[in-house]
Amino acid sequence: MQLIRYNTPADLSAWTPFFRLSPLRDLLDTALERNGSCLGSDGPPLDVRVSDESVTVTLELAGMKKEDFDLLLEDETLTVSGRRETEPEDRRSQSLRCERFAGAFSRTVALPCAVKGDRVQAIYEEGVLTVTLPKAEEARPRKIAVKLN
Amino acid sequence: MSPIMETTKNKTAPSRVDFVSPAVNLRHDSDGYTLEVEMPGVAKNGVEITFDDGRLTLIGHRSNTAGRAGKLLHGEIQPYEHRRVFDLDPAIDPERIAETMDQGLLTLRLPKIQAAKPRKIAVA
Repeated sequence: MQLIRYNTPADLSAWTPFFRLSPLRDLLDTALERNGSCLGSDGPPLDVRVSDESVTVTLELAGMKKEDFDLLLEDETLTVSGRRETEPEDRRSQSLRCERFAGAFSRTVALPCAVKGDRVQAIYEEGVLTVTLPKAEEARPRKIAVKLN
Repeated sequence: MSPIMETTKNKTAPSRVDFVSPAVNLRHDSDGYTLEVEMPGVAKNGVEITFDDGRLTLIGHRSNTAGRAGKLLHGEIQPYEHRRVFDLDPAIDPERIAETMDQGLLTLRLPKIQAAKPRKIAVA
């Protein structure tokens, strides 16, 4: 005997595999795995690194244009803000899934030391914004020669 | 270390890879689907797209971040590979899947097979 899977007429007319199977896997993905995009009310994820020479702030946000970022340095505090737009709604297409964040965001970090405000460099590539802030002279480690009598 | 010890060590070394599940936007129109996948930190050549048995697997390998200097003071970025799997509509033509990668945003165009597109039938 041959088994034929029963399909309701609605199922036959529209195959919606993204809806039918993916939600289960996605549920497992989000429940058991880490979610890649931390972007929510907290804004895009960032790292702060410190070396002898500089402070580096790295922020991950895919699909931006470099001119969409606003950087503000104020009293040893760096604020990165901006707005990300996703594709506008189109009458001819239907959105099946919308997980990417769209709208304004802002992150502020207190820098661990004084920096040279006029020598700050920001690069946006591969969806990662890297802001390099050279340390001010007084914040750099110095060698002090101690004379022993 | 003796050579025997070394061999044992290599055999038992776990080759575990951690993944994160990237956020996606999916749109459907009469000609096919457009899928946007967020993969920050991944270069064009770091994207791996495999299509097997109706299943589309997208993997984004991060560029080498070892060059990032300094001590980590505060860390929120998850340094794992991006991976997500989709079941494809059988109407999609896997031969014509086109992808673009721009600033960590992978955009895939998944066109439908000609026969699967909706068409108007004139009544004679």
